Amino acid sequence: MSEEFKLEIVNPEKSFLSKEDVTEVLVPAYEGDMGILKDHISIISFLKPGILKVFSKSGEDKYYVEDGIIEFKDNTLSILTSSIFSLDKIDRSYVSQSLSDTEKLLSKEDLDDQSRFLISQKIDVLKSINSN
Amino acid sequence: MASLDDLKKRILSVKSTQKITKAMKMVAAAKLKRAQENAEKGRPYSEKMNNIILNLSNGISDKENAPKLLAGTGNEKVHLCVVLTSDRGLCGGFNSNIIKKAKAYFSKITSEGKNLKIITVGSKGYDQLKRQYNDKIVNKISFKDSKNINFFDAEKVSKIIIESFQKNEFDVCTIFYNKFKNVITQIPQAQQIIPLKSYETGNENEKDNYEFEPEEDEILGNLLPKNISTQIFKAMLENSASEQGSRMSAMDNATRNAGEMVDKLTIQYNRSRQAAITKELIEIISGAESL
Repeated sequence: MSEEFKLEIVNPEKSFLSKEDVTEVLVPAYEGDMGILKDHISIISFLKPGILKVFSKSGEDKYYVEDGIIEFKDNTLSILTSSIFSLDKIDRSYVSQSLSDTEKLLSKEDLDDQSRFLISQKIDVLKSINSN
Repeated sequence: MASLDDLKKRILSVKSTQKITKAMKMVAAAKLKRAQENAEKGRPYSEKMNNIILNLSNGISDKENAPKLLAGTGNEKVHLCVVLTSDRGLCGGFNSNIIKKAKAYFSKITSEGKNLKIITVGSKGYDQLKRQYNDKIVNKISFKDSKNINFFDAEKVSKIIIESFQKNEFDVCTIFYNKFKNVITQIPQAQQIIPLKSYETGNENEKDNYEFEPEEDEILGNLLPKNISTQIFKAMLENSASEQGSRMSAMDNATRNAGEMVDKLTIQYNRSRQAAITKELIEIISGAESL
Protein backbone atom coordinates (compact mmCIF):
# COMPACT_ATOMS: atom_id res chain seq x y z
CA MET A 1 0.00 0.00 0.00
CA SER A 2 1.29 3.36 -0.86
CA GLU A 3 2.29 5.66 1.93
CA GLU A 4 2.22 8.81 -0.14
CA PHE A 5 0.11 11.89 0.17
CA LYS A 6 -0.19 15.23 -1.52
CA LEU A 7 1.58 18.40 -0.51
CA GLU A 8 0.68 21.89 -1.69
CA ILE A 9 2.58 24.97 -0.70
CA VAL A 10 1.02 28.22 -1.82
CA ASN A 11 2.20 31.81 -1.67
CA PRO A 12 -0.13 34.75 -2.04
CA GLU A 13 1.38 35.35 -5.46
CA LYS A 14 1.65 31.85 -6.78
CA SER A 15 1.63 28.18 -6.09
CA PHE A 16 5.07 27.49 -4.69
CA LEU A 17 5.19 23.72 -4.76
CA SER A 18 2.86 20.87 -5.51
CA LYS A 19 3.94 17.30 -4.97
CA GLU A 20 2.01 14.06 -5.13
CA ASP A 21 4.59 11.61 -3.81
CA VAL A 22 5.35 12.91 -0.35
CA THR A 23 5.89 10.34 2.37
CA GLU A 24 6.50 12.58 5.34
CA VAL A 25 6.54 16.27 6.13
CA LEU A 26 8.16 17.71 9.20
CA VAL A 27 6.62 21.07 10.02
CA PRO A 28 7.73 23.60 12.63
CA ALA A 29 4.27 23.98 14.16
CA TYR A 30 3.50 26.62 16.69
CA GLU A 31 3.50 24.28 19.65
CA GLY A 32 6.41 22.18 18.58
CA ASP A 33 7.66 20.34 15.54
CA MET A 34 5.23 17.93 14.03
CA GLY A 35 5.72 15.04 11.67
CA ILE A 36 2.87 14.37 9.31
CA LEU A 37 2.37 11.00 7.67
CA LYS A 38 -0.37 9.64 5.50
CA ASP A 39 -3.84 9.37 7.10
CA HIS A 40 -3.08 11.92 9.76
CA ILE A 41 -6.17 13.30 11.47
CA SER A 42 -7.48 16.56 9.97
CA ILE A 43 -5.61 19.35 11.59
CA ILE A 44 -5.16 23.09 11.36
CA SER A 45 -2.15 24.73 12.90
CA PHE A 46 0.30 27.58 12.62
CA LEU A 47 3.90 27.65 11.73
CA LYS A 48 6.62 29.37 13.62
CA PRO A 49 9.90 30.30 11.97
CA GLY A 50 11.80 27.12 11.30
CA ILE A 51 12.87 24.47 8.86
CA LEU A 52 10.27 22.59 6.90
CA LYS A 53 11.40 19.15 5.78
CA VAL A 54 9.73 17.29 2.97
CA PHE A 55 10.52 13.63 2.45
CA SER A 56 9.55 12.06 -0.82
CA LYS A 57 10.75 9.22 -3.00
CA SER A 58 13.05 11.53 -4.84
CA GLY A 59 14.76 12.54 -1.64
CA GLU A 60 14.59 15.15 1.04
CA ASP A 61 13.95 18.86 0.58
CA LYS A 62 14.42 21.53 3.18
CA TYR A 63 12.76 24.92 3.28
CA TYR A 64 12.99 27.85 5.60
CA VAL A 65 9.59 29.31 6.55
CA GLU A 66 8.83 32.37 8.59
CA ASP A 67 5.14 31.99 9.19
CA GLY A 68 2.13 30.30 7.75
CA ILE A 69 -0.87 28.10 8.28
CA ILE A 70 -1.11 24.41 7.61
CA GLU A 71 -4.18 22.39 6.96
CA PHE A 72 -4.23 18.64 6.60
CA LYS A 73 -7.35 17.05 5.22
CA ASP A 74 -8.15 14.03 3.07
CA ASN A 75 -4.49 13.24 2.67
CA THR A 76 -3.68 16.66 1.32
CA LEU A 77 -1.42 18.93 3.23
CA SER A 78 -1.83 22.60 2.34
CA ILE A 79 0.67 25.09 3.59
CA LEU A 80 -0.17 28.76 3.21
CA THR A 81 2.79 30.98 3.72
CA SER A 82 3.98 34.34 2.54
CA SER A 83 7.65 33.69 3.14
CA ILE A 84 9.28 30.42 2.22
CA PHE A 85 12.72 29.75 0.76
CA SER A 86 14.38 26.59 -0.39
CA LEU A 87 17.44 26.02 1.75
CA ASP A 88 19.58 25.12 -1.25
CA LYS A 89 18.84 28.38 -2.97
CA ILE A 90 18.54 30.72 -0.05
CA ASP A 91 20.42 33.96 -0.36
CA ARG A 92 23.12 34.24 2.29
CA SER A 93 22.94 38.01 2.34
CA TYR A 94 19.19 37.83 2.90
CA VAL A 95 19.76 35.56 5.87
CA SER A 96 22.30 37.82 7.53
CA GLN A 97 20.21 40.88 6.77
CA SER A 98 17.12 39.33 8.26
CA LEU A 99 19.13 38.09 11.21
CA SER A 100 20.41 41.54 12.11
CA ASP A 101 16.95 43.04 11.59
CA THR A 102 15.40 40.49 13.89
CA GLU A 103 18.05 40.97 16.53
CA LYS A 104 17.26 44.65 16.54
CA LEU A 105 13.61 43.82 17.07
CA LEU A 106 14.45 41.69 20.08
CA SER A 107 16.25 44.52 21.81
CA LYS A 108 13.01 46.53 21.92
CA GLU A 109 11.45 46.78 25.34
CA ASP A 110 7.75 46.53 24.70
CA LEU A 111 7.53 42.97 23.47
CA ASP A 112 5.03 40.52 24.82
CA ASP A 113 6.14 36.99 25.60
CA GLN A 114 4.60 35.55 22.51
CA SER A 115 6.37 37.76 20.01
CA ARG A 116 9.58 37.49 22.01
CA PHE A 117 9.34 33.75 21.68
CA LEU A 118 8.72 33.94 17.95
CA ILE A 119 11.57 36.34 17.40
CA SER A 120 14.12 34.37 19.35
CA GLN A 121 12.96 31.28 17.52
CA LYS A 122 13.60 33.06 14.25
CA ILE A 123 17.05 34.12 15.36
CA ASP A 124 17.98 30.59 16.34
CA VAL A 125 16.91 29.21 12.99
CA LEU A 126 18.63 31.93 11.02
CA LYS A 127 21.82 31.38 12.99
CA SER A 128 21.75 27.69 12.33
CA ILE A 129 21.29 28.34 8.61
CA ASN A 130 24.17 30.76 8.63
CA SER A 131 26.53 28.37 10.35
CA ASN A 132 25.92 25.62 7.82
CA MET B 1 -14.50 74.96 -46.10
CA ALA B 2 -11.16 73.87 -44.79
CA SER B 3 -8.30 74.32 -47.18
CA LEU B 4 -6.29 71.41 -48.50
CA ASP B 5 -3.41 72.21 -46.21
CA ASP B 6 -5.61 72.26 -43.14
CA LEU B 7 -7.09 68.91 -44.02
CA LYS B 8 -3.65 67.45 -44.53
CA LYS B 9 -2.58 68.64 -41.12
CA ARG B 10 -5.64 67.21 -39.46
CA ILE B 11 -5.13 63.85 -41.08
CA LEU B 12 -1.57 63.80 -39.86
CA SER B 13 -2.50 64.69 -36.32
CA VAL B 14 -5.23 62.07 -36.14
CA LYS B 15 -2.78 59.52 -37.49
CA SER B 16 -0.25 60.29 -34.81
CA THR B 17 -2.93 60.03 -32.12
CA GLN B 18 -3.83 56.68 -33.56
CA LYS B 19 -0.24 55.58 -33.28
CA ILE B 20 -0.21 56.45 -29.60
CA THR B 21 -3.46 54.67 -28.81
CA LYS B 22 -2.29 51.66 -30.76
CA ALA B 23 0.93 51.52 -28.78
CA MET B 24 -0.97 51.87 -25.52
CA LYS B 25 -3.24 49.06 -26.54
CA MET B 26 -0.28 46.81 -27.24
CA VAL B 27 1.31 47.64 -23.90
CA ALA B 28 -1.96 47.06 -22.08
CA ALA B 29 -2.40 43.72 -23.84
CA ALA B 30 1.04 42.57 -22.74
CA LYS B 31 0.47 43.77 -19.19
CA LEU B 32 -2.98 42.25 -19.14
CA LYS B 33 -1.58 38.84 -19.83
CA ARG B 34 0.76 39.11 -16.91
CA ALA B 35 -1.84 40.59 -14.59
CA GLN B 36 -4.27 37.87 -15.53
CA GLU B 37 -1.69 35.20 -14.82
CA ASN B 38 -0.95 36.79 -11.47
CA ALA B 39 -4.62 36.93 -10.59
CA GLU B 40 -5.00 33.27 -11.44
CA LYS B 41 -1.91 32.30 -9.51
CA GLY B 42 -3.14 34.18 -6.48
CA ARG B 43 -6.46 32.42 -6.41
CA PRO B 44 -5.45 29.16 -4.68
CA TYR B 45 -4.12 31.03 -1.69
CA SER B 46 -7.23 33.07 -1.07
CA GLU B 47 -9.48 30.10 -1.73
CA LYS B 48 -7.59 27.92 0.74
CA MET B 49 -7.61 30.73 3.25
CA ASN B 50 -11.38 31.03 2.84
CA ASN B 51 -11.82 27.32 3.34
CA ILE B 52 -9.77 27.23 6.48
CA ILE B 53 -11.58 30.18 8.00
CA LEU B 54 -14.89 28.65 7.08
CA ASN B 55 -13.94 25.40 8.79
CA LEU B 56 -12.68 27.27 11.78
CA SER B 57 -15.72 29.44 12.24
CA ASN B 58 -17.92 26.38 11.91
CA GLY B 59 -15.92 24.68 14.59
CA ILE B 60 -15.86 27.57 16.99
CA SER B 61 -17.73 26.63 20.11
CA ASP B 62 -18.12 29.90 21.90
CA LYS B 63 -19.87 32.22 19.46
CA GLU B 64 -20.26 34.95 22.03
CA ASN B 65 -16.58 35.44 22.49
CA ALA B 66 -15.65 35.12 18.86
CA PRO B 67 -13.02 37.61 17.73
CA LYS B 68 -14.44 40.97 16.79
CA LEU B 69 -12.98 40.81 13.32
CA LEU B 70 -15.28 37.86 12.67
CA ALA B 71 -18.35 38.78 14.64
CA GLY B 72 -18.24 42.56 14.46
CA THR B 73 -18.50 45.10 17.21
CA GLY B 74 -22.23 44.70 17.60
CA ASN B 75 -22.79 48.17 16.23
CA GLU B 76 -23.26 49.35 12.70
CA LYS B 77 -22.73 53.03 13.14
CA VAL B 78 -19.49 53.83 11.42
CA HIS B 79 -18.77 52.43 8.00
CA LEU B 80 -15.31 52.39 6.55
CA CYS B 81 -15.11 52.11 2.78
CA VAL B 82 -11.87 51.24 1.06
CA VAL B 83 -12.02 52.25 -2.58
CA LEU B 84 -9.41 50.59 -4.73
CA THR B 85 -8.71 52.37 -8.00
CA SER B 86 -5.83 52.75 -10.40
CA ASP B 87 -3.04 55.30 -10.41
CA ARG B 88 -3.26 55.98 -14.12
CA GLY B 89 -6.00 57.22 -16.35
CA LEU B 90 -6.95 56.44 -19.94
CA CYS B 91 -8.55 53.16 -19.02
CA GLY B 92 -12.13 53.67 -20.11
CA GLY B 93 -14.81 53.36 -17.49
CA PHE B 94 -12.62 51.44 -15.08
CA ASN B 95 -12.31 54.03 -12.34
CA SER B 96 -15.68 55.67 -12.83
CA ASN B 97 -17.40 52.30 -12.52
CA ILE B 98 -15.89 51.71 -9.10
CA ILE B 99 -16.60 55.26 -8.03
CA LYS B 100 -20.19 55.00 -9.21
CA LYS B 101 -20.71 51.85 -7.21
CA ALA B 102 -19.03 53.37 -4.19
CA LYS B 103 -21.00 56.60 -4.39
CA ALA B 104 -24.28 54.71 -4.51
CA TYR B 105 -23.21 52.90 -1.36
CA PHE B 106 -22.08 56.12 0.28
CA SER B 107 -25.41 57.84 -0.24
CA LYS B 108 -27.22 54.78 1.08
CA ILE B 109 -25.09 54.87 4.22
CA THR B 110 -25.51 58.58 4.80
CA SER B 111 -29.25 58.46 4.20
CA GLU B 112 -29.47 55.84 6.92
CA GLY B 113 -27.84 58.31 9.25
CA LYS B 114 -24.64 56.35 9.66
CA ASN B 115 -21.16 57.72 9.72
CA LEU B 116 -18.95 57.29 6.72
CA LYS B 117 -15.19 57.08 6.48
CA ILE B 118 -13.28 56.57 3.27
CA ILE B 119 -9.84 55.29 2.48
CA THR B 120 -8.79 55.61 -1.13
CA VAL B 121 -6.16 53.38 -2.63
CA GLY B 122 -4.84 54.67 -5.93
CA SER B 123 -4.72 58.32 -6.89
CA LYS B 124 -7.55 58.31 -9.43
CA GLY B 125 -10.10 57.40 -6.83
CA TYR B 126 -8.94 60.20 -4.59
CA ASP B 127 -9.14 62.69 -7.46
CA GLN B 128 -12.71 61.75 -8.22
CA LEU B 129 -13.92 61.62 -4.64
CA LYS B 130 -12.18 64.59 -3.10
CA ARG B 131 -14.64 67.18 -4.43
CA GLN B 132 -17.72 65.60 -2.95
CA TYR B 133 -16.41 63.66 0.03
CA ASN B 134 -13.26 65.47 1.03
CA ASP B 135 -14.18 65.65 4.71
CA LYS B 136 -14.91 61.92 4.80
CA ILE B 137 -11.59 60.74 3.41
CA VAL B 138 -9.46 59.68 6.35
CA ASN B 139 -6.55 58.27 4.43
CA LYS B 140 -5.26 58.02 0.91
CA ILE B 141 -2.78 55.45 -0.21
CA SER B 142 -1.02 55.23 -3.50
CA PHE B 143 1.37 52.63 -4.78
CA LYS B 144 2.67 54.60 -7.71
CA ASP B 145 6.22 53.58 -6.96
CA SER B 146 5.76 49.86 -6.84
CA LYS B 147 5.79 48.39 -10.29
CA ASN B 148 3.99 45.18 -9.59
CA ILE B 149 1.25 44.35 -7.20
CA ASN B 150 2.86 42.66 -4.25
CA PHE B 151 1.63 41.19 -1.03
CA PHE B 152 3.67 43.65 0.96
CA ASP B 153 1.55 46.56 -0.28
CA ALA B 154 -1.64 44.71 0.55
CA GLU B 155 -0.34 44.12 4.05
CA LYS B 156 0.29 47.82 4.47
CA VAL B 157 -3.32 48.59 3.63
CA SER B 158 -4.67 45.91 5.90
CA LYS B 159 -2.45 47.08 8.73
CA ILE B 160 -3.97 50.54 8.51
CA ILE B 161 -7.45 49.05 8.51
CA ILE B 162 -6.83 46.71 11.42
CA GLU B 163 -5.13 49.34 13.54
CA SER B 164 -8.01 51.72 13.12
CA PHE B 165 -10.45 48.89 13.84
CA GLN B 166 -8.69 48.13 17.08
CA LYS B 167 -9.04 51.77 18.04
CA ASN B 168 -12.79 51.34 17.53
CA GLU B 169 -12.84 53.89 14.77
CA PHE B 170 -15.34 51.98 12.67
CA ASP B 171 -17.70 49.02 12.85
CA VAL B 172 -18.08 47.78 9.30
CA CYS B 173 -15.50 47.74 6.55
CA THR B 174 -16.26 47.29 2.87
CA ILE B 175 -13.83 47.23 -0.03
CA PHE B 176 -14.67 48.35 -3.55
CA TYR B 177 -12.85 46.97 -6.54
CA ASN B 178 -13.40 45.70 -10.05
CA LYS B 179 -13.67 41.99 -10.50
CA PHE B 180 -12.10 40.78 -13.69
CA LYS B 181 -14.48 38.70 -15.73
CA ASN B 182 -13.01 39.06 -19.16
CA VAL B 183 -11.33 41.70 -21.25
CA ILE B 184 -14.53 43.59 -21.99
CA THR B 185 -16.43 42.92 -18.78
CA GLN B 186 -15.34 44.05 -15.36
CA ILE B 187 -17.82 43.99 -12.56
CA PRO B 188 -17.52 46.55 -9.79
CA GLN B 189 -17.72 44.76 -6.47
CA ALA B 190 -18.48 45.77 -2.94
CA GLN B 191 -17.16 43.21 -0.49
CA GLN B 192 -17.59 43.43 3.23
CA ILE B 193 -14.50 42.27 5.05
CA ILE B 194 -15.20 43.32 8.64
CA PRO B 195 -17.15 41.69 10.16
CA LEU B 196 -16.67 38.74 7.95
CA LYS B 197 -19.82 37.87 6.07
CA SER B 198 -20.59 34.23 6.55
CA TYR B 199 -19.66 32.55 3.33
CA GLU B 200 -22.34 31.28 1.06
CA THR B 201 -21.36 27.69 0.85
CA GLY B 202 -22.84 24.60 -0.58
CA ASN B 203 -20.81 22.28 1.60
CA GLU B 204 -22.52 23.13 4.84
CA ASN B 205 -23.14 19.50 5.67
CA GLU B 206 -19.54 18.58 5.17
CA LYS B 207 -18.41 19.58 8.61
CA ASP B 208 -14.99 18.26 9.32
CA ASN B 209 -13.70 17.34 12.66
CA TYR B 210 -10.45 19.14 12.86
CA GLU B 211 -7.84 18.98 15.45
CA PHE B 212 -6.66 22.44 16.34
CA GLU B 213 -3.31 23.34 17.66
CA PRO B 214 -3.36 25.81 19.43
CA GLU B 215 -7.02 26.46 20.31
CA GLU B 216 -9.54 27.61 17.71
CA ASP B 217 -9.81 31.09 19.15
CA GLU B 218 -6.12 31.64 19.05
CA ILE B 219 -5.86 30.41 15.48
CA LEU B 220 -8.76 32.60 14.43
CA GLY B 221 -7.29 35.60 16.14
CA ASN B 222 -4.13 35.11 14.19
CA LEU B 223 -5.75 34.14 10.94
CA LEU B 224 -8.32 36.89 10.55
CA PRO B 225 -5.85 39.74 10.10
CA LYS B 226 -4.06 37.60 7.54
CA ASN B 227 -7.33 36.98 5.79
CA ILE B 228 -7.90 40.70 5.46
CA SER B 229 -4.52 41.13 3.80
CA THR B 230 -5.35 38.24 1.55
CA GLN B 231 -8.72 39.66 0.55
CA ILE B 232 -7.18 43.04 -0.16
CA PHE B 233 -4.41 41.43 -2.12
CA LYS B 234 -6.95 39.49 -4.13
CA ALA B 235 -8.88 42.68 -4.79
CA MET B 236 -5.70 44.40 -5.91
CA LEU B 237 -4.85 41.59 -8.29
CA GLU B 238 -8.34 41.55 -9.76
CA ASN B 239 -8.20 45.29 -10.03
CA SER B 240 -4.95 45.36 -11.91
CA ALA B 241 -6.16 42.75 -14.38
CA SER B 242 -9.37 44.72 -14.83
CA GLU B 243 -7.48 47.96 -15.30
CA GLN B 244 -5.36 46.55 -18.08
CA GLY B 245 -8.34 44.87 -19.71
CA SER B 246 -10.34 48.04 -19.53
CA ARG B 247 -7.49 50.09 -20.90
CA MET B 248 -6.96 47.63 -23.70
CA SER B 249 -10.56 47.79 -24.90
CA ALA B 250 -10.69 51.55 -24.47
CA MET B 251 -7.55 51.99 -26.53
CA ASP B 252 -8.80 49.52 -29.09
CA ASN B 253 -11.92 51.62 -29.50
CA ALA B 254 -9.89 54.79 -29.72
CA THR B 255 -7.68 53.28 -32.42
CA ARG B 256 -10.68 52.21 -34.41
CA ASN B 257 -12.33 55.62 -34.09
CA ALA B 258 -9.15 57.32 -35.19
CA GLY B 259 -9.02 55.01 -38.22
CA GLU B 260 -12.57 55.92 -39.17
CA MET B 261 -11.77 59.58 -38.79
CA VAL B 262 -8.70 59.27 -40.99
CA ASP B 263 -10.82 57.57 -43.68
CA LYS B 264 -13.43 60.29 -43.53
CA LEU B 265 -10.89 63.07 -43.65
CA THR B 266 -9.04 61.42 -46.52
CA ILE B 267 -12.22 61.24 -48.57
CA GLN B 268 -12.92 64.87 -47.82
CA TYR B 269 -9.35 65.75 -48.75
CA ASN B 270 -9.56 63.92 -52.07
CA ARG B 271 -12.93 65.46 -52.91
CA SER B 272 -11.72 68.97 -52.35
CA ARG B 273 -8.54 68.24 -54.28
CA GLN B 274 -10.61 67.00 -57.23
CA ALA B 275 -12.91 69.99 -56.95
CA ALA B 276 -9.93 72.30 -57.09
CA ILE B 277 -8.57 70.54 -60.19
CA THR B 278 -11.95 70.63 -61.91
CA LYS B 279 -12.30 74.28 -61.12
CA GLU B 280 -8.91 75.02 -62.59
CA LEU B 281 -9.71 73.01 -65.73
CA ILE B 282 -12.98 74.88 -66.23
CA GLU B 283 -11.13 78.12 -65.85
CA ILE B 284 -8.54 77.11 -68.42
CA ILE B 285 -11.12 75.82 -70.90
CA SER B 286 -13.37 78.82 -70.62
CA GLY B 287 -10.33 81.02 -70.91
CA ALA B 288 -9.35 79.23 -74.16
CA GLU B 289 -12.91 79.45 -75.53
CA SER B 290 -13.11 83.16 -75.07
CA LEU B 291 -10.09 83.69 -77.27
